[in-house]
Amino acid sequence: MSTLAVLAVLAVSLATLAIGALGLRLSRTTSDFYVASRAVGPGLNASAISGEYLSAASFLGVAGLVLLRGADMLWYPVGWTAGYLLLLIFVAAPLRRSRAYTLPDFAEFRVESLVARRVSSALVVLIGVFYLVPQFQGAGLTLRTLTGAPTWVGAVAVALVVLANVVSGGMRSITVAQAFQYWLKLVALLLPLAFMMLRWRGEGSPTANLHDAAWVEPMQGPHATYLAYSLILATFLGTMGLPHVVVRFYTNRDGRAARRTTLAVLAMLSGFYLLPTLYGVLGRVFASDLIADGRTDAVVLELPRRVLGSTGGDLLTALLCAGAFAAFLSTSSGLVVSVGGVIGQDLLGRRFDGVTAFRLAGVVAVVVTLVLTLLSSGLAVAHAVELAFAVAASTFCPLLLLGIWWRGLTAAGAVAGMVVGGATSTCAVVWVMVGGAPTGWAGAVVAQPALCTVPLAFATMTLVSLATQHRLPRHLGRTMVRLHTPEALELDRGSYHPEGARRES
Amino acid sequence: MSEQTPARVRVTAPRSGRARRTSIASEIDAQSTVGEVYMRSLMRTQLRLALQVVVLLAVSVGSLPLLFELSPGLRQARLLGVPVPWLLVGLCAYPVLIGLAWFYLRRAERNEAAFHDMVAGDR
Repeated sequence: MSTLAVLAVLAVSLATLAIGALGLRLSRTTSDFYVASRAVGPGLNASAISGEYLSAASFLGVAGLVLLRGADMLWYPVGWTAGYLLLLIFVAAPLRRSRAYTLPDFAEFRVESLVARRVSSALVVLIGVFYLVPQFQGAGLTLRTLTGAPTWVGAVAVALVVLANVVSGGMRSITVAQAFQYWLKLVALLLPLAFMMLRWRGEGSPTANLHDAAWVEPMQGPHATYLAYSLILATFLGTMGLPHVVVRFYTNRDGRAARRTTLAVLAMLSGFYLLPTLYGVLGRVFASDLIADGRTDAVVLELPRRVLGSTGGDLLTALLCAGAFAAFLSTSSGLVVSVGGVIGQDLLGRRFDGVTAFRLAGVVAVVVTLVLTLLSSGLAVAHAVELAFAVAASTFCPLLLLGIWWRGLTAAGAVAGMVVGGATSTCAVVWVMVGGAPTGWAGAVVAQPALCTVPLAFATMTLVSLATQHRLPRHLGRTMVRLHTPEALELDRGSYHPEGARRES
Repeated sequence: MSEQTPARVRVTAPRSGRARRTSIASEIDAQSTVGEVYMRSLMRTQLRLALQVVVLLAVSVGSLPLLFELSPGLRQARLLGVPVPWLLVGLCAYPVLIGLAWFYLRRAERNEAAFHDMVAGDR
């Protein structure tokens, strides 16, 4: 059993590295490393975005939450998908047309302020680490569940593979590797599920434990309405502010392709997210003892053996392990590229050439995350991911929405809004992580801060901008032309280039 | 640049000249009041479309928690043995999201094509 699982994990890691090595021969310039030189078609790009996006929380966490808490948890996958609809209608095409590599590039381009750029860089690192730590932890928990190895083994293994891949090939290798990982993750969930559903039908469709009203009915517990809408707001609006998602939009050919890619991502995620719910439901029937043990996150990995017995179950468990590891590797790689890209451009770029800075930054990002993971091993995996969404929704979401659609946004407003939204949401996140959060209404607000912090950030950004209207960006008119007009028109779109391109030319 | 020739002649005969300089594109490039009007109208059209989609999203998917909260009957309802809230959130929400995205994509591309034709066709 554990041999098969270890072999599966090794196979995924080796496949990821092999695709990375192929990319090595193709990657040459800084532009290659950051965004694959924009030579990626919409189909491949959509697979890569989906592969990068489906993390430990999606692959393992959703099924565990559904098993544990039932109907209310269905909002997590819906929200993580709906985030792309909001991204599509407000951000996708204008962001691509801005020609910004990263969110700090966008901030500097739009409000023409280095301070706004630095604040955005700090937030990218913050959100990236909030999101990376649970990936490394998830890898540790998975390897422990399967082999009994201590948790640091899995974290170190993921760190090494990500590092080797990012340092050797950069973004292009990751684009192909992540497209591959979406399909691997889909098949890894689909195939065992098909066998288990057949067995479930064969056993006369048992529905043990499925009629518990507290589990099957939505809106359970105190403050259910607040918690539901706060979760919806965080996930719907947080997706557009995730650094590893946004950096992907540069790899589209133009704004139109960016929109089409987003639609394809939406369809791919919808197909995927139907599956974890069914794992949670089957887990309720066949593995309800995991709830008492507090090991609900392991339900996806444990279920095949419980339902199908040892022979077929072992093979399918190995497949699921491969899928889970693909989830950790792809999300971690994407985050390391975006966090490393920001560190490389803004912190190391002055002293090193582009490619060296990117490699060094990747090493720094992985090492820092690994240290943090080992220091904070008691954290809840799913909750940290969800809190990263709340921080993104409270900072980059207002920057993008107001920056693209409102001429009145000023540098002072953007900085003030990001600082206020970032500080309040981060306080809530740290409070939850450290423990000792209050109970009652205050506890609900701290556990799901988005419904308070997102409007606060929007209000701050708007009011401070209104107070500083005498200091609108100088090139505002050209900026709006670049963001909103189709590329086919020959228009003067200003001379701004993101720093990476400027250094290269 | 030739100050002697009266510019009035070219402006009053828009259909006859081949290379007319006073096009919408050059108005936008010059950031004139006319160019700004065209830019604002494009942005307003696209923003109105996006807000329409947000309203549709809020009414279709976003209203579900409130409906569940207000209606115990809906919370407990079943269709073919499956709880209705699970069907609505876990299954039906996804086609709605894809449908809204499809609706937006077609409208947004049509708006942009209209803007493109207006600006490019004016040369």
